[in-house]
Amino acid sequence: MLDNIPILSLLVFSPLVGILVLLFIRSENGRMLRIVGTAGTALPLLLAIWLFSSFEFGGGQQFSEHAVWIHLPLPTEFVPGGVQYYLELGYALSVDGISLALVFLTALISTMAALASFSHIKKRWKAFYIWFLVMEIGMLGVFTAQDLFLFFIFFEMTLVPLFFLIGIWGYKERERTANKFLIYNGIGSALMLLAFIMMITTGGFEIRETAESADYVYTSSMQTIMHNMVSADSYVNSPMYAQSPFHLSEDTAVLIFFLLLLAFGIKLPIFPFHTWMLKVHTEAAPSVVMLHSGILLKIGAYGLIRFGMQFFPEQIETYALLIAVLGVINVLYGAVLALVQSDFKLVLAYSSISHMGIVLLGIASLSEIGVKGAIFQMVSHGFISALMFLLVGSFYERTETTALEKLGGLAKSMPFMSSILLTAGLALLGLPGLSGFISEFLAFVGLFETRPVLTVLGVLGLILASAYVLRSVLRITYGSLDAKFSEVKDARLIEAIPMIILVAFIVLIGIYPAVLSETIGTAVTDIINGIGG
Amino acid sequence: MVISAIVISVLDLFLPRSVNRNLIGWLSLIGIIVSGGFVALHAIPLINGDGTKLVSLLGGSYRIDDFANVLKLIMLGGAALITFMSIGTVKEREIPHRGEFYYLLLPALLGAMIMASSSELITLYVGLELLSITTYILVAIRKSHAESAEGAFKYLVTGSIASAFILYGMSFLYGMTGTTELGAIRQLLNDPQFYPLIYVSYILMIAGFAFKVAAAPFHTWAPDVYQGAATPVTAFLATISKAAGFAILFRVVYAAFYGLGTQTIHKDFFFILMLLAAIAMILGNFMALKEKNVKRLMAYSGVANAGYLLVPIMNDPYFAESSMHYSMFSEFVYYLIAYVLMNIGMFAAILIVTGETRSEEMSAFAGLYYRAPGRAIAVVLIVLSLAGIPVTGGFFGKFYILFGTIQSQMYWLAAVMIITSVVSYYYYFSIVRQMFMRSSFQASELAKGIPLTAVLWICAILGVVLGLIPQWVIGYIESIFQYGFDLFGY
Repeated sequence: MLDNIPILSLLVFSPLVGILVLLFIRSENGRMLRIVGTAGTALPLLLAIWLFSSFEFGGGQQFSEHAVWIHLPLPTEFVPGGVQYYLELGYALSVDGISLALVFLTALISTMAALASFSHIKKRWKAFYIWFLVMEIGMLGVFTAQDLFLFFIFFEMTLVPLFFLIGIWGYKERERTANKFLIYNGIGSALMLLAFIMMITTGGFEIRETAESADYVYTSSMQTIMHNMVSADSYVNSPMYAQSPFHLSEDTAVLIFFLLLLAFGIKLPIFPFHTWMLKVHTEAAPSVVMLHSGILLKIGAYGLIRFGMQFFPEQIETYALLIAVLGVINVLYGAVLALVQSDFKLVLAYSSISHMGIVLLGIASLSEIGVKGAIFQMVSHGFISALMFLLVGSFYERTETTALEKLGGLAKSMPFMSSILLTAGLALLGLPGLSGFISEFLAFVGLFETRPVLTVLGVLGLILASAYVLRSVLRITYGSLDAKFSEVKDARLIEAIPMIILVAFIVLIGIYPAVLSETIGTAVTDIINGIGG
Repeated sequence: MVISAIVISVLDLFLPRSVNRNLIGWLSLIGIIVSGGFVALHAIPLINGDGTKLVSLLGGSYRIDDFANVLKLIMLGGAALITFMSIGTVKEREIPHRGEFYYLLLPALLGAMIMASSSELITLYVGLELLSITTYILVAIRKSHAESAEGAFKYLVTGSIASAFILYGMSFLYGMTGTTELGAIRQLLNDPQFYPLIYVSYILMIAGFAFKVAAAPFHTWAPDVYQGAATPVTAFLATISKAAGFAILFRVVYAAFYGLGTQTIHKDFFFILMLLAAIAMILGNFMALKEKNVKRLMAYSGVANAGYLLVPIMNDPYFAESSMHYSMFSEFVYYLIAYVLMNIGMFAAILIVTGETRSEEMSAFAGLYYRAPGRAIAVVLIVLSLAGIPVTGGFFGKFYILFGTIQSQMYWLAAVMIITSVVSYYYYFSIVRQMFMRSSFQASELAKGIPLTAVLWICAILGVVLGLIPQWVIGYIESIFQYGFDLFGY
């Protein structure tokens, strides 16, 4: 039934419905704006659920949509043979298991973040939800795009809204944070664009023969480029064509690989490019941080898997050690610094760095188990991080501070939220039965085969995780209760619902991981096979 | 076809002072549109590259070919927008001689069009001087402002020096070849005894041209002049004047200096252009970071954009040793169109916010979102195009230029272009910050006027359409333009 409906386009652009409705509501009508804004995020969620249920586990790329968007003739006056050259940039979407999991994550966390915003977004709701929905289009598009140009557009589409979301609704240093974010991510996108164009001009070249003529086309379709970059006898790689303009020398290929590594490394973030992300975690509004930490960081990892592993299998094999070392640095740096922070938001920020380091380790393992672990960690950390910042938002509304020494004993006045906080903390440190454990376990098992020493170092991070999680969470929930906080109310229904939903998913993946591993299984196998060969 | 300009000027001379000067504005607008119609009319027979239809006037000195037509259409379109924008917003207080404003604009436009169509050195110089002298006066026309006089003076002096450079370079060319016709010059120049002189003449002329388009390091006049002139005049300088400068640069470099010296000289020449482009991009973007006055900011942004526009011009197959890249002209024209649109849009926005007071600081934009949300959105679209963020014309223009650069495997230049583009995010977004994140407590009243808002929206929307569907423009250019025929003159 879904074959004839362009479900992916509908899904990606469904937040537009919300935006259109929002435009017609008056700016003063706060309640209506909030309801419509949240409903605007619920629509993609419903479509994502429908998509998930129709997805064929074990199939490859599904629900593909393809249309030619830009088809430019290039001048042919001096080209020998008078052949017609074109530049073609298409509109192509499809999902495989990995994309699907991340699309679902995006849709769910967006809705949860929209619900969370009720408690702390107190001004200019119309603009807030419009930017929110635009960013959702960008995020959904990034995970489904099958064309380099389109990927870049959606990638940039997440940049501008986030600038506004941080800069207007954040805390004291919001504008400097927004600027820092813009510059760092702008450079990342610029490097990515450079790498993409280099790939289009070499790997993107294909000859389309029809009955009358042959067209030479530069295309940005990911399928074509991947095929050309990977196969050993294509003009891209084969030394036979070394003089042709489409040949990619070893050095240039490595250059492109490093450009991509750098670009996605800024997003992930990889130490030492992480400073902007720390600022965003502390200065942006909690619902914005939910989106950022829960989804946007994963775009970096997704890019590494899609482009690093699928397009550059040789290079990623050569540099797997480098990536593993970077991963270990992330894990340990994040963990050690999380241990000494005095502000809870910074603890969470550094723990995000640490957990994304585990994703890097999973990628660097180049094994099926390891990559599965990486993707599990992406999804699981998405949920956990979103839940954590949801809690931070709710706590902050009541206590006006996130400094650890000022908080304490909140279990007495807010038992429900404290229990959720404890659950989230246990998930963060990787307690078996919750999603964090299975992710980290898979990643480390995958890495241990090839790099046992680094695995051991990574596991140290787990131990430190227990330390910093328990230190901060217990400090908040137990201990002496400040008099100011004894009268605060516990979670309202509107806050409790997203908390329960997120906990449910964390537990679900923890005790029944097959629900995720079956989704991503075939896709991961395909990627790994591409590397081995 | 451009006689209309003369007609209108004469008309205004004889009209009494009591007649509403806006009428002059409308008349000039009509004149421009009519000329545009004529240009298009002459362009149609050339669509199939039919050589016999080329109109060559005045003994081969004035060519109406596709290169000229495309550029003229761009200039006419830009001038129409600027004229439309000025109607009703150019107040008596600002420019005491409003009629003169309009009928100086027309000869300036005429000069620009002559420059685009010239195929011969003298014609080129005539057009150049026509444009320059009228713009000197236009800059000075705000007599009550000290800045205006200062800007005009600087512009006059430096502009005259630049014109002198160009003339001196041209004199060498004539001395070497005995002819002033561009195509013939190229054929006669390829004689080893001329080689040292060719360098001298080239460098002199490029210096002059670079001044005209405000490319670094010949850009120092731009910030003061842009700040001092009345905003519509600045818009004219930033768009039409630059387009004309690029027209002659493109034409002279390709028609007169191409392929010389079994390619060693050719490579040197194009290397100089590449260096100019890189310096302009870097200097323009970095010096804009500190600016608080919006018009000076746009001057530096114009310097950077001049750099971006130089990239496709110099990205030629011989220099880059690439067998694939020939889309220099279409990249150049596409980005020029996007540039003209976004600059005029931005200057319309500046006109709107400076309004009654004279404040041209960035704080004039403060809280625009609260005061006029619709217009603020239009300004955001224009800023996105300026910064090069999808899906606008500015982005696709840069993408297309980058595509060409990487096809020629000039990775370093592409990297410079991209990184400086990111640097520009900072200062463009500071305008956006003012609009959305500052209160409008002390801001002045906005200028009203339907033409002004209309121009703002036209530029914003066209910018987005250009970015979404670039093949309309590029396909059209590709179908009519041929290098051999139009540029090299055979």
